[in-house]
Amino acid sequence: MAVAVKMPKLSDTMTEGVILKWLKKEGEKVTQGDIIVEIESDKADMELEAFDTGTLRKIVVPEGGKAPIGSLIAVIGEPSEDISSVLASASMANVESQAAPAQKPPLAAASAPQVMSEPASTAPAPKGQPTDGRIKASPLAKRLASEHKLTIQSIPGSGPLGRVIKRDIEAALSGKIPLTPTSQVITPGTAEEVSLSPIRKTIAKRMAESKQSAPHFYVTIEADMDAAIAFRNQLNNVFEAKISFTDIIIKACASALMRHPQVNATFLGDKMRQHHYVHIGVAVALEDGLVTPILRNCEQKGIGRINQELRDLVDRARNRKLKPDEYQGATFTISNLGMFGVEDFVAIINPPEGAILAVGAILEKPVVKDGHVVVGHTMRVTLSSDHRIIDGAIAARFLQDLKKMLENPAALVSIT
Amino acid sequence: MPPVNLREALRQAIDEEMARDDRVFLMGEEVAHYQGAYKVSQGLLQKYGERRIIDTPIAEAGFAGIGIGAAMVGLRPIVEFMTWNFSLVAFDQIVNNAAKMHSMSGGHFHVPIVFRGPGGAAHNLAATHSQALESIYAHVPGLKVVMPSTCEDAKGLLKTSIRDENPVIFIESEVMYGDKGEIPEGEYTIPLGVGKKVREGKDITIVSWAKVLAHVTTKAVAELVQEGIDVELIDPRTIKPMDYDLIVDSVKKTNRLVIVEEGWPFAGVGAQISHEVTNRAFDYLDSPVERVTQEDVPLPYAHNLEAASLPSIEKIIRASKKVLYAD
Repeated sequence: MAVAVKMPKLSDTMTEGVILKWLKKEGEKVTQGDIIVEIESDKADMELEAFDTGTLRKIVVPEGGKAPIGSLIAVIGEPSEDISSVLASASMANVESQAAPAQKPPLAAASAPQVMSEPASTAPAPKGQPTDGRIKASPLAKRLASEHKLTIQSIPGSGPLGRVIKRDIEAALSGKIPLTPTSQVITPGTAEEVSLSPIRKTIAKRMAESKQSAPHFYVTIEADMDAAIAFRNQLNNVFEAKISFTDIIIKACASALMRHPQVNATFLGDKMRQHHYVHIGVAVALEDGLVTPILRNCEQKGIGRINQELRDLVDRARNRKLKPDEYQGATFTISNLGMFGVEDFVAIINPPEGAILAVGAILEKPVVKDGHVVVGHTMRVTLSSDHRIIDGAIAARFLQDLKKMLENPAALVSIT
Repeated sequence: MPPVNLREALRQAIDEEMARDDRVFLMGEEVAHYQGAYKVSQGLLQKYGERRIIDTPIAEAGFAGIGIGAAMVGLRPIVEFMTWNFSLVAFDQIVNNAAKMHSMSGGHFHVPIVFRGPGGAAHNLAATHSQALESIYAHVPGLKVVMPSTCEDAKGLLKTSIRDENPVIFIESEVMYGDKGEIPEGEYTIPLGVGKKVREGKDITIVSWAKVLAHVTTKAVAELVQEGIDVELIDPRTIKPMDYDLIVDSVKKTNRLVIVEEGWPFAGVGAQISHEVTNRAFDYLDSPVERVTQEDVPLPYAHNLEAASLPSIEKIIRASKKVLYAD
């Protein structure tokens, strides 16, 4: 019997998916469990398995096309079977959902599968634009970047396909802006419309919702990082690891959050949930947006383990290989723009979480110690809190503890 | 000392080595009474007589084999091919006997022989008479391949090749025999496997050799330098053994490499150099290695198509700007 293959819901926030690639052709046999199609959701690229065995009779949504979740994307059946009823019932379902949009959640409100005529991610990209999430860099550029402790991801590439080359590293080192800031071909005096990728749409929707519904307030504190710098050096001198400040900040947040469950909370309308575990989302910049892979149970993990897990998560986040449970369910989020030299900034809360920490750069500055002006290293962090569940004093006490942890990092090592 | 042309430089090398060692003799088509198809052996018959300057029939497999046999029993033959295209008739002798005899006899026989003659394209000689075969001979273990680009190098390298205990493929060029150049006074030799930095530079390394270096690459380099691109130009002089150290060190400085050769692209000498550089200087490369080669076709007879198929100044400049991201 012919069965419909429908656009699956691959994340909590997904409303539609883009067909990246059909791995089976029309007329080809499929066995239950075969991967038949790759789909781009708002968060990641995922593979869809066939739930039935038979012949792939009809591809309804071609590569590059997008379709709302639950809509028909293909039909599997016997080679000579009449599939018109499956095709018809699918279009009926879509008509229904169109006719009664009020009764259906907005997810299904879109009409029949739309086929985008604009190039989707499978279409060849114009020359000079990166075709995938990979950062392209010449071997020399990579070596120079690592020698000068630059993150190659933050350097715009001026070579073919956005390749980062020697002159880009030199420009970054000199602090000068490259003559041609991007590899895109830009005609001055014109404008262009860029269609939003699924991930961009999700960010647009969720950030607007957050800022409109959650009353944000912001509290900033400055921490003396001399001890944290020494602590990190000690760890890296002894262990075969490259512990980052982010790793240390994550651990410090986890410790402080366990002491302040009001900050480690989610807003649920008529109640709030205070968590006695710490799942920290870490914002990772992508080509066309960002994603926040989650380090679970940070309260139980040492800095070394946090380092390893974060490295793996960030890697896979950049390659869009995260599974939904790896970016859903954080209790708190950290966004770090320190690598760009940003002193401080404020972040938008990622709902339903109650707070987000915006981390600035560690800067060399004159500070007053024991009545003397000396050279110090300070870092400013700003907590954005949802005032519906967190008050100013709670936020301040949390930051006070966080500062104490960062200034006395030995406290981050388990002593029990 | 006044400049000499290439044929004179080569003749001096043969003459000096024949005078120095009476086991050395020259054999080939038209080398004696006609004084050499390209006059390299002019006057040598008169000086050394028919026992040591030997005209052969048009039978490359035969006289290459005779030369190899003579070398195995203690003589030091120089076998001239009228062009390297004709060596293909003797390919079995060179590859299976000359190259392998030392190894397969367990070291009992050396084959101290030089096969020499012009290779590569001249003008309008068409597909079968224009071949740059250096990569094919360099492919074979047991053969050394030498390709000079100047008169000085030609003389010094040929003398060393004649003294070498193993077979040497010595490739000259018809269109270079008249090229003039200074050569040092008195006796000198140049070791095999040692390349030469023709020009010091810091922006890009260009590796090229023999005729294409002398007649094409140097002109392209002059234009690039004119445009402000500081080229480092390297002449390996010996294709096998290749002076990789010289090239790798240069690429570590310039971060960019273009290899210009007259042969075809597939499995060419440049492909081998590119591999070695990618391995040994990977973290120093700022752009993929570029090659300029002959197009992958039998060389056309028509003048315009012949020119379009061979490496040109334009092609070298284009490749150089590509590795500099200046295109």
